[in-house]
Amino acid sequence: MSLLSVNGLSVKFKRRNGDLTALHEVSFSLDRGERLAIVGESGAGKSILGYALVNLLSKPGYIAAGSVQLAGQELTQLNAKQWQGVRGKRIAMIFQDPMITLNPVLSIGDQMVEAIRSHTRIAYKDARKLAIEKLAHVRIAAPVQRFDQYPHELSGGMRQRVIIAIALLLNPEIIIADEPTTALDVTIQAEILQLLKQICLDNGVALILITHDFGVVSRIAERTLVMYAGRIVEQGPTLEIINDPQHPYTQGLLNALPQMALPGQRLNQIQGSMPPLSEHPGGCAFHPRCPYAQDKCREKVPGFVYSGVSTVACYVVEDMLAEFAQYDEEDLDV
Amino acid sequence: MNIWHRPQGVAEHTTRVRHVLSAMRGDKLALFALCIFALYCLVALLAPLLAPYDVNSVDFMDLENAELAPYWQTGDGRFLLGTDTQGRDLLSVILYGTRLSLTIGVCAVLIQLLMGGTIGLLSGYIGGRLDAFLMRAADIQLSFSTMMVAIVVLAVFQTLFGNAVYQQLAMLMLILVLGIAEWPIFARIIRACVFAEKDKEYVDAARVLGVSKVRIMLRHILPNTVSPILVILTIQIANAIVAEAALSFLGLGMPPAQPSLGALISSGFNYLFSGAWWISVFPSMTLILLIFVMNLLGDWLRDHLNPQAAGG
Repeated sequence: MSLLSVNGLSVKFKRRNGDLTALHEVSFSLDRGERLAIVGESGAGKSILGYALVNLLSKPGYIAAGSVQLAGQELTQLNAKQWQGVRGKRIAMIFQDPMITLNPVLSIGDQMVEAIRSHTRIAYKDARKLAIEKLAHVRIAAPVQRFDQYPHELSGGMRQRVIIAIALLLNPEIIIADEPTTALDVTIQAEILQLLKQICLDNGVALILITHDFGVVSRIAERTLVMYAGRIVEQGPTLEIINDPQHPYTQGLLNALPQMALPGQRLNQIQGSMPPLSEHPGGCAFHPRCPYAQDKCREKVPGFVYSGVSTVACYVVEDMLAEFAQYDEEDLDV
Repeated sequence: MNIWHRPQGVAEHTTRVRHVLSAMRGDKLALFALCIFALYCLVALLAPLLAPYDVNSVDFMDLENAELAPYWQTGDGRFLLGTDTQGRDLLSVILYGTRLSLTIGVCAVLIQLLMGGTIGLLSGYIGGRLDAFLMRAADIQLSFSTMMVAIVVLAVFQTLFGNAVYQQLAMLMLILVLGIAEWPIFARIIRACVFAEKDKEYVDAARVLGVSKVRIMLRHILPNTVSPILVILTIQIANAIVAEAALSFLGLGMPPAQPSLGALISSGFNYLFSGAWWISVFPSMTLILLIFVMNLLGDWLRDHLNPQAAGG
């Protein structure tokens, strides 16, 4: 059985004249120790999905339908008290900007001890020991000194390490990392990503990495899930998706990487931009920007098909598969 | 690695208190204000030991000695600052008056802080209807001026229970009235701070760590509101002392038998033009210096209580 299974998860935002749908029936699963990336442009619903998994959607947002099961336990039905036992202890989360994720007026040590003590009854001395151990584990130099320092005394990379250490404190089963390296220098990014991966491998923690950067994905994740306008459009093994993207949107994203353009050439881009929540088009949401759009793309949302590489929701791929199947049949007939 | 890493072994245990203290060492004016304020506190605490006369003894009040001028005018070594209209040694009375004024100011503000803090935190963190209700209550409370409320309440109390009861309970009543009348000031500031803080990511991070609501409010958000609180705290204590002085001046504060600074100023006021200037002037100077110093401290704290500004 998979560790986390999400089924038909829909998230809506309450509004006076009709609710807005931010996530449309998202389904996926995550195994123990697996590293999964969720990729998409800004506004694709990646972060909302992350927040929905730990039930931290801010006010007008709510889970309208679907289920989230952690090792068989339904999470969407939990009350506030039960959530406290899940958050931090079983699912930890790492946020984008390490500059604002740490409380500026509490020392690093205070914040770590606080996190431990809100879950287990443990003496201050033992909590301190555990915290220093975790700081050393994320390869922070002089962890004993760092324990008493304040966030502003550390560099950005260091802070992100501290945040990872905090996430590790209670040995969670899943870490959700929401763009953990976006706010950092490129050199530090690589270090932090390597660290995250190593830590997941060392502790058997599953990772959900939310990012818009395929470069990041290729380095860490085993499996990738591409999102567009609140829907999953393609999912499959990372390497396969990068080598042979099926959905036109995934192709566009990969094409837009700076490495894909020749020196002196303009960078590639996907024409247009992600529509705002209130103006999601009917049918396949990507059709206004899709170079292969057909009439039926505008009418009905495509279902998922397995292309042999990944699972894709696209009529173009579906048609191609049908065509191939036909050829195969003809070959057999002859 | 952090290249600015300081050599190991050097104590890096920097706490906020040290930041503030080390910053203070460089600032002469702040140091001066702190010293004076500490002196006031010391005087208030040790008044019974420092005062040349015991204000509770029977022979302290001797009308034969009434309105004696200060030592340098009369050469009378018994009364350094002269005597008041009742023949009490002015220095002793001022020392005790400072003690009373500070006690009333501090206690009243503690009540304000406790009420305002609780209401502000709840209002800001929970929001919604509770917030709307509490803040309208604050608006209503603030629409009555503090002095008006205090005058009405104290006057009614005095007439209802008579002067004898009032004299016994005057201090308690002043503390309660001044404390309750100004809670919205703290409530509003704290609510505003909580509003600004509660959407920051560190709060989400704490929630995602499974920290309970109460702990988030008290351990994560409240410490972030400390600097504005401390600033208003000092200024509000100064305000409460002034308000108490004003009420005493109007005859609604401390009774003449146990005068605060305000009551002393008031009692000397009638004699100001008959030449006995010292009865009003010395307590006034004591009061002005205290308020001045507290305002200086409040401003200075506001500039230096931010750990990010003080760090480097």
